[in-house]
Amino acid sequence: MIVYRKRRGSEAVMLLFAIALAIGGYLATHLNIDQALPHEWPWALGILFALAGVAHLVVRIRIPYADPMILPIVMLLNGIGLAMIHRLDLGTNPVMHSGELQLMWTSVAVFVFCVVLIILPDYTILNRYTYLFFLAGIGLLLLPLLPVIGSEKHGSRIWIQLGNYSFQPAEIAKIVLAIAFASYLVEKREVLAKAGSRVLGIELPRPRDLGPILIMWLASLAVLVLQKDLGTSLLFFGLFVVMLYVATERGFWPIFGGLLFGLGAVVSYPLFSHLQTRVSAWLDPFSNYDQNYQVIQAQFGIAWGGLFGTGWGLGRPNLIPIAKSDFIAAAIGEELGVTGLIAIILLYGILVARGLRAALGSNEPFGKLLAAGLSLIFALQVFTIVGGVTRLLPLTGLTTPFMSQGGSSLVANWAMTALLLVITHHSRRPSGKASDPQASLASDTTQVITVS
Amino acid sequence: MNRPIRVLSLVVFVLFLALMANLTYAQVARQTVLNERPENRRVTDARFAQDRGPIMVGNIPIAQSVPVKDHFKFQREYPNPALYAPITGFYSYYYGSTGLEASQSPYLSGATDQQVLEQLIRAAAGQAPRGAKVETTISAKAQKAAWDGLAGRKGAVVALDYHTGAVKALVSSPSFDPSLLATHDLKASQAAWEQLNKAAEKPLANRATREIYAPGSTFKLITAAAALETGYAADSQIDSSRYRLPNSDKVITGSCGGSKVSLSHALQVSCNPGFARLGAELGAQTLQEQAEAFGFGKRWLPEIGSAASRFPTGIDAAQTAMSAIGEYEVAATPLQMAMVAAAIANDGVVMEPYLVNRILRDDLSVISEATPSQASIAVSSTTAAQLRQMMVGVVESGTGQRAKISGVEVGGKTGTAVTDRVRTPYAWFVAYAKEYGVAVAVFIEDANVSASEVAGGRVSAPVAKAVLEALK
Repeated sequence: MIVYRKRRGSEAVMLLFAIALAIGGYLATHLNIDQALPHEWPWALGILFALAGVAHLVVRIRIPYADPMILPIVMLLNGIGLAMIHRLDLGTNPVMHSGELQLMWTSVAVFVFCVVLIILPDYTILNRYTYLFFLAGIGLLLLPLLPVIGSEKHGSRIWIQLGNYSFQPAEIAKIVLAIAFASYLVEKREVLAKAGSRVLGIELPRPRDLGPILIMWLASLAVLVLQKDLGTSLLFFGLFVVMLYVATERGFWPIFGGLLFGLGAVVSYPLFSHLQTRVSAWLDPFSNYDQNYQVIQAQFGIAWGGLFGTGWGLGRPNLIPIAKSDFIAAAIGEELGVTGLIAIILLYGILVARGLRAALGSNEPFGKLLAAGLSLIFALQVFTIVGGVTRLLPLTGLTTPFMSQGGSSLVANWAMTALLLVITHHSRRPSGKASDPQASLASDTTQVITVS
Repeated sequence: MNRPIRVLSLVVFVLFLALMANLTYAQVARQTVLNERPENRRVTDARFAQDRGPIMVGNIPIAQSVPVKDHFKFQREYPNPALYAPITGFYSYYYGSTGLEASQSPYLSGATDQQVLEQLIRAAAGQAPRGAKVETTISAKAQKAAWDGLAGRKGAVVALDYHTGAVKALVSSPSFDPSLLATHDLKASQAAWEQLNKAAEKPLANRATREIYAPGSTFKLITAAAALETGYAADSQIDSSRYRLPNSDKVITGSCGGSKVSLSHALQVSCNPGFARLGAELGAQTLQEQAEAFGFGKRWLPEIGSAASRFPTGIDAAQTAMSAIGEYEVAATPLQMAMVAAAIANDGVVMEPYLVNRILRDDLSVISEATPSQASIAVSSTTAAQLRQMMVGVVESGTGQRAKISGVEVGGKTGTAVTDRVRTPYAWFVAYAKEYGVAVAVFIEDANVSASEVAGGRVSAPVAKAVLEALK
């Protein structure tokens, strides 16, 4: 049996690196643009340091066995995102202040992160309210369709507007539905895994068990049709199908899900011009320069950045419309180069890998499913949005986790991080009542024996 | 549930690998194509943001880049805008560039092969690339004299060093301020562009080299040259009585001091019937060949571009007669008429005009230097000498007395082209000053005098004199 060490010290050191890199980007931006350090830089450093410190301390006290890589990676992505949003602020005239707002939201997100750790040391309670979570999730998802508070921006009706504040409820719905799916599937997985007839070597489920996946399919289509949000629709359907597959271990489900997705795509493609626009922008952006301006500018930016980027503050990422949210990957590609963007992708990769590792390591099905689901949400978001920005796929409007401007997304992603960390804490914690863990044999120094 | 999670991990791994592979592929395969797209503002802006070298007249910059605090980093400035605009041209964001800004751009931006090493050294030292300095042949004094002489009237002046072909003055009036188009306030530049193009005065037109006008009696120098080359002499008597154009009712008259005068005297008083008859006798072919020997039909001065001067083809005897006195469809640039005077002064040899003297690096080492070259031989040296004698007569006792400079051999020829009955005539004067080695052409589009033969002498000759004196 493996006994994990807490590794909180490593986490603290990596957090320092994360802060140094983020502050470094911020200072380099100012040095390159103004040839001077900003007056408020000690404040920025202090706030980031305090946020990281608080998060670290809460983790140390509440979930000491949590995975030590996850928090520093999240902090680093968040910090680089902050620096880039601030850099994009400086490129506008008059200078905008969305970086400060994002820092405020980061504080809120870290606060929520801590709250989750404090009130939920045992995540398994979440398993109890399956249908409540399910209803809440669907409700949140459809909230923007309500009159008055629902509002449409950039062609998608995915916002609610309350006074001066706007919010994307789908971001919160991500967590809520991941929990709902996990607890539902834990309960029903035996039934759903029951084989019906066998066709071409694939075990088909019983027809009546197709109900849930069809309901999710219709809900996703509703999001696509009514809210015109391809990304969210894809994310939730993909999440459900993959979690179904993980829960039942039946290869039939992803195949069936893929077919349903294909059917939905084929049927809706000719009906919705915004889908056709996305596909034409993907295949041949220059066929319509004005319409595909954003994608084209992102391509120009990444090409201009080249292998190593122009450097912080030295590129022209402000030429890309709404670079702060959906297209922050393009701004990174321009100023930090392909090398920098690949480094960011690798960070996400490690984050997802640690999440999936937590799923493998967890010793009870709800934790496994939830960890796999949360990791998949990160993976799908990064893949679709970075793939869309770099023209691997047609563009779908999703936020880049932790980096994009936007409070809802930031808070939701930090809350998901908290849940993941709690799961890792439970799986890495020594079982039984052992209060003092033994040191792992694996981390002992190898004895060197000289053979004469 | 571990097996599906492992499968999922593998799928996620492949997806992320695809992201990175695609990004790498995109950079290798698409970077150059994307950077070369005309819509790519990053590239055009970077080009516009270069620290371009200055364009110099003597030690004075007439175009230079100064550092500014915006994303273009360097603003192109024109310290003496209107005076030098026909030479520098402009350097704009939306409308490209013209003049030396366009033709010398590879040097000014530091992109030529000769500058590669220097830029590499600068790059190694962490410095931005810098362009070379372009030194023009212009004389600031002569340029100023020409500008002041035109005094805001529509017209142009071109002065040449006739031994080398170096352009000493090149003025077009009215002119414009290239800074208005070079400004980083792109909206303002658009407004300026529209306004300059709409302006009735046509300030963007380069009247010195890119517009052609009826040369009037200054063309008689070419007719006289053709006559001398085909056996006439300066004292050959020609029929100067009133001349009815062949197959036409039109009669050309003029007081030439008798019904038979010498060729020399005919030029001195700018005798229209004498030269019209002479031209008809010589024939269109001879006149055209003579005009082309002086440079008609070619585009000179590629540094700023010019129009080719024109002698019409396929014309009858009456049209030939009119052409011989610089009317009908004969049209020339002021540059071309300066070249005619220069060739006569330079023993018949036409020198290729040029505007850029040297191109220098930052450390003043020379990247390239102009070498004067012969373009053609217009007339024999004896013909040239006879023509000079006749031109001196014009200044000493003919229509061009206002260009007289005491103690200096000045030869000239006036011209007044009547384009129609309503408009004021074009007033021309071409001249050379032997002691200064300079030839000049002055063209005034709206000479505010009546359509008389003396317009060129009265209005343009004093300007020519001022320019010649500025070059002593």
